Amino acid sequence: MATKKTPAKAAAKKPAAKKAPAKKPAAKKAPAKKPAAPATDAAPAEVLTNPTWETVQIARHPERPLFTDFLNAWDPDAIELHGDRLVADDPAMYAGLAKIGDERVVIVGHRKGRTPEEKVANRWGMANPDGYRKAMRIMRIAEKFQLPIVALVDTSGAFPGLDAEERGQAEAIAKNLADMSVLKTPIVVVVTGEGGSGGALGIAVGDRILMLEHAVYSVISPEGCASILWRDGKMAPVAAEALKITSSWLKKLGIVDDVIPEPKGGAHTDPAKAIETVKKAILAAIKELKKVPMEKLVDQRYAKFAAMGRFGK
Amino acid sequence: MAWFTKAPEAPLRVPTEALWNVCKKCGAYTPKDEYEQNLKVCPACGAHGRLSARERIALLADKDSFKEIAADVIANDPLTFSDASGDYASKVKGTREKTKIGESIVVGTAKLDKIPVVLGAMDFRFMGGSLGSGTGERILQAAETARKLKCPLILCTASGGARMQEGIVSLMQMAKTCAAIQRLRDEGLLYVSVMTDPTTGGVSASYAMVGDLNIAEPKTLIGFAGRRVIETTIKQKLPPEFQTSEYLLEHGFLDKIVARKDLKAFLAKTIRLLTAAK
Repeated sequence: MATKKTPAKAAAKKPAAKKAPAKKPAAKKAPAKKPAAPATDAAPAEVLTNPTWETVQIARHPERPLFTDFLNAWDPDAIELHGDRLVADDPAMYAGLAKIGDERVVIVGHRKGRTPEEKVANRWGMANPDGYRKAMRIMRIAEKFQLPIVALVDTSGAFPGLDAEERGQAEAIAKNLADMSVLKTPIVVVVTGEGGSGGALGIAVGDRILMLEHAVYSVISPEGCASILWRDGKMAPVAAEALKITSSWLKKLGIVDDVIPEPKGGAHTDPAKAIETVKKAILAAIKELKKVPMEKLVDQRYAKFAAMGRFGK
Repeated sequence: MAWFTKAPEAPLRVPTEALWNVCKKCGAYTPKDEYEQNLKVCPACGAHGRLSARERIALLADKDSFKEIAADVIANDPLTFSDASGDYASKVKGTREKTKIGESIVVGTAKLDKIPVVLGAMDFRFMGGSLGSGTGERILQAAETARKLKCPLILCTASGGARMQEGIVSLMQMAKTCAAIQRLRDEGLLYVSVMTDPTTGGVSASYAMVGDLNIAEPKTLIGFAGRRVIETTIKQKLPPEFQTSEYLLEHGFLDKIVARKDLKAFLAKTIRLLTAAK
């Protein structure tokens, strides 16, 4: 399979130094020069680093497969559906109809954008309330026509903007959490890159929560946590470690059901392979979930989230 | 140093806080007992001060009617978390001893003007009212109790959001609480969310916003993202009324703003209008 077809239109500017002969994984090197997201705090990475922080760099790697790469590979003829029927169409959130393998699905996901223009237009994949409401509207169509829902999560968080607050960012996310919990159709969630807080969770209530090996999923960005609890954004690597945001920890904590392995060094070293592995995992999950009677499926989903949490007595 | 050269500052300072409440919003001085009698509302500007969970329950529940449930569900330390200022486990223990409550919310069954309800009140003193595992579980048990008893659920929020120290486990409490409340609502039962100062972050983006009725006290801070984060992102100053309950009412996210002194009567009346409660 052609390894280099998918990502990197504009990002391919710099020579493909990425494919450092798969000796030591690219983990150590990952430069994290993503604009806007405060990854630039990574300055002292040589000084302050740890395996979790390396994972954060891979999850944010500029050549990591994005929503569009996954979808184009699975179904280049997918049909995007637009708009929340209220105020806007949010490009940061994709919603549409697609076929994955032989499976007809509704697919939703955060769309970060690859080129600088796309990134700006899509607010780096940080959705507005309109995005969450559009996703919910299309997920209702999935329920009506008994189509499984696939949700790909990759965002640093919901967009913190004036318009977003004015149009009810909190309400939009809250409503999705409540509505997705009772949606009468199978839901498969895959955290593919960054699972950033409420902005991620807003499309991530499902029957199977899968996570790529080098993805991260957290209640707050390491930078945000560091600036609050350490009063220093540069302590992000330490905060990342303390927050336990890696796939192996999330599996241990009972938050994700399965971890999808990535090519050595991270999905960006062999996007085609990574994309194919994710497809197989999704199809396997859908196959399983389709066997469960609907009432039971929704009850199980409730039981799944009700069981999340560790508390003393 | 001779007595007449002594700097005059120190002895002139009167410990005002012992006798007076100084309003954080307008700076007005109110005698403490008068402030308490006024339900911690500043008589000068109407700013609603924060109530503890127990004070809130005393405000809404009929005398001696409140029976706490899930009191044994307390905060745990799923990540063995520690930061620059120490470890979470001992911080939460200290908070528990200081506040005499086990989590950032207290829930139980109660009578509200003789109507049986399940009532929950958050306490901002407990880790900033943050949403921990214990909080989520208490809310789930409150919702399930209301479902069993077929009575309304009222949750009063006061929270900075998710509890960072519990990481991803805290984030999942947003989904957990919303799922529990959705089940209740699907059975035709009433859920009223009462937002009090402050209701932000992960709490605003979960159970606070999915009420059949979303109510707030006047001049309450309600919002998802922090003001500073937004200002940094959009590179402009935000208007002062941004993220207040008045602002949310104007933009369509609240059913009503209700002053503290009217809250109990308002809830009783709406419950009686919406349900068959006598």
